[in-house]
Amino acid sequence: MKIDRDKLLDIYTRTMRIAKTDEKFRSLLMSGKFASMYYTVRGQELVSAAAMAALEPTDYLVTTYRGQHDQIAKGVPLKPLFAEIIGKATGTCKGKGGAMHITHPDSGVMVTTGVVGSGLPIANGLAMAAQNRKDGRIAVTCFGDGASNIGAFHEALNMAELYKLPVIFICQNNRYGEHTAFADHTCVDSIVTRAAAYGMKGVKVDGNDAEAMYTVVKEAADRARAGEGPTLIEAMCYRMMGHFFGADFSYMPKEHLEEMAREDPLPRLRKLMLDYQYSEAELDAILADIDAEVEAAAQFAFDSPFPDASELRIDVYEEEIAA
Amino acid sequence: MSGKITMAAALNRAIDEAMAEDEGVILLGEDVAAKQGGGVFKISAGLTEKYGEHRIRATPISEQAILGACVGAALAGMRPIAEIMLMNFLTVAMDQIVNHAAKLRFMSGGQTNVPLVIRTTTGVGVGFGGQHSDMLEAWFAHVAGLKVVTPSNAADAQGLMRAAIACNDPVIFIENILCYGLQSEDPGANHIVPLGKAAVAKEGTDCSIITYGRTVLDALEVAGQLAEEGISVEVIDLRTIAPYDEETVTASVRKTGRAVVLHEAVKAYGTGAEIAARLNEKLFGELKAPVQRLGGAFSAVPMASALEQSWIPTKDGIKQAVHATMNWKK
Ligand SMILES: Cc1ncc(C[n+]2csc(CCOP(=O)(O)OP(=O)(O)O)c2C)c(N)n1
Ligand SMILES: [Mg+2]
Repeated sequence: MKIDRDKLLDIYTRTMRIAKTDEKFRSLLMSGKFASMYYTVRGQELVSAAAMAALEPTDYLVTTYRGQHDQIAKGVPLKPLFAEIIGKATGTCKGKGGAMHITHPDSGVMVTTGVVGSGLPIANGLAMAAQNRKDGRIAVTCFGDGASNIGAFHEALNMAELYKLPVIFICQNNRYGEHTAFADHTCVDSIVTRAAAYGMKGVKVDGNDAEAMYTVVKEAADRARAGEGPTLIEAMCYRMMGHFFGADFSYMPKEHLEEMAREDPLPRLRKLMLDYQYSEAELDAILADIDAEVEAAAQFAFDSPFPDASELRIDVYEEEIAA
Repeated sequence: MSGKITMAAALNRAIDEAMAEDEGVILLGEDVAAKQGGGVFKISAGLTEKYGEHRIRATPISEQAILGACVGAALAGMRPIAEIMLMNFLTVAMDQIVNHAAKLRFMSGGQTNVPLVIRTTTGVGVGFGGQHSDMLEAWFAHVAGLKVVTPSNAADAQGLMRAAIACNDPVIFIENILCYGLQSEDPGANHIVPLGKAAVAKEGTDCSIITYGRTVLDALEVAGQLAEEGISVEVIDLRTIAPYDEETVTASVRKTGRAVVLHEAVKAYGTGAEIAARLNEKLFGELKAPVQRLGGAFSAVPMASALEQSWIPTKDGIKQAVHATMNWKK
């Protein structure tokens, strides 16, 4: 199915900002310029780009530790993002959250949680606020295949459907939870079949197909906004590296690695752009802009000051804790 | 101001007032709406009729989903109140309380906050047994970002509830089952008791009993009995367990030189240990006797009434603890 040509360009730009940022972080980590727990999003760039392009900037997002793609796609500016991950005072969260807890309400990014599955019930609450206020917002939450086996997932789906909340549950099924393959941790072939248990609409989609991914999320968003309730989307994708940066992934079978390489969303999207009559030169110009933006963001982060120890007494409560 | 009010009615009034004032105040919990009779303890009776089912939401038995939804709604700027039927059931949703409600303000660098009241009830003395009676306030007081409140009388329940709903941070509000029927002088409409301020429930000069919740009643009774023996006991009702009102407690014990810390929760590793340690830090040279601690036995709360009454601190035990401080010889 064709989508609007400008929308595809929007998706391409979001995808490449994610890809270039991730590439930069990996190269900084590799060169030892900073050290941190880092969950690479390599392989899942397009899933988020297409999903977030189908939302309004004011819509809410709740994501997880592997959420950098979701955050960038939703609009978190790169400078405070880099600074946060490197632990600087100019970070989105003043260096108090880090990569696993990026928050940026101005972009709608309300929570990034490091606890598997905990985002789903929270997304329900954001959706509940929107439903009570009738402000037209919706809430979206992203999580992994592994998260569909924790109780919070099931409680949240039941409650969302019960109240017909304007929420979209996007499961990014990258076929692994840490070192455990999907079939070894889940007793059904598709997570989306679980939607039926809650009378919920469920859709399975190739997350690396920009047109399909965008369309499915747009439909779910329209339904949610119309008061027709939540949707569970299972977006099939690949985690193209280890669980976290530097982690071993020798447990992935050779056939899986080959399949993954074939399905790499980045070359696939580039080809689609050409099919939509964008020229190589146009695309390269976009990449050059993104490169410059990423470099400037990294530089900003390194040039920024570290947070002061007094910050430990601030933001614990509304009132500052006495020294 | 005329007549008396029960703690249950006072809580209902406080929630009603807050809901009338602010559309963002909503209540979620099992059985809380009109269809279910307004909650197991009827604290939300009559509210659905006034505010509708979108604001009084009867939920599935899904504590993680209830508290998660409250966290999300709070992040969006609402002021949710969760009713968790019994305190032990908070344990199935600790993640939302400890990892999310408590920490999101800090981890977001102050960009978001969670104005949430988690109401819950518990209490030893009704034969509910091991999984329905625990006082777990120390678990929550240990977590930075949470406030922990418990009233000992109806007027405070009303005023503390208003303050908790107005608070921009998450508050664990512990109600005691045995206290719902207690009556106070009616404090009238719009009564507010600020969080973080202890009350001197009875003044005295010889020994301070520092306590909160239902055991305030025991402490007051014992103080009355000891007065007949010529011992003047001061009773401090913390009202807010965390943050701790160091000023009021330290001033009281500085005056009396003796302290008994009393709670219904298990004594070992309880909040009494924290209070005793702080008194030591502040008043080491001034104490006339070591701080005495009283709390529940180190076992699950038993069902049989005979056992239950041995499990909690008894009035005799409280009296003995005061005597121990009075008779202490260096
Ligand atoms: C409640 C909980 N249990 C365990 C972990 C440790 N853990 C972190 S990531 C992860 C795997 C999650 O897999 P999945 O949901 O598929 O997400 P992915 O990492 O593939 O994006 C685990 C077990 C955790 N963070 N939270
Ligand atoms: Mg996974």
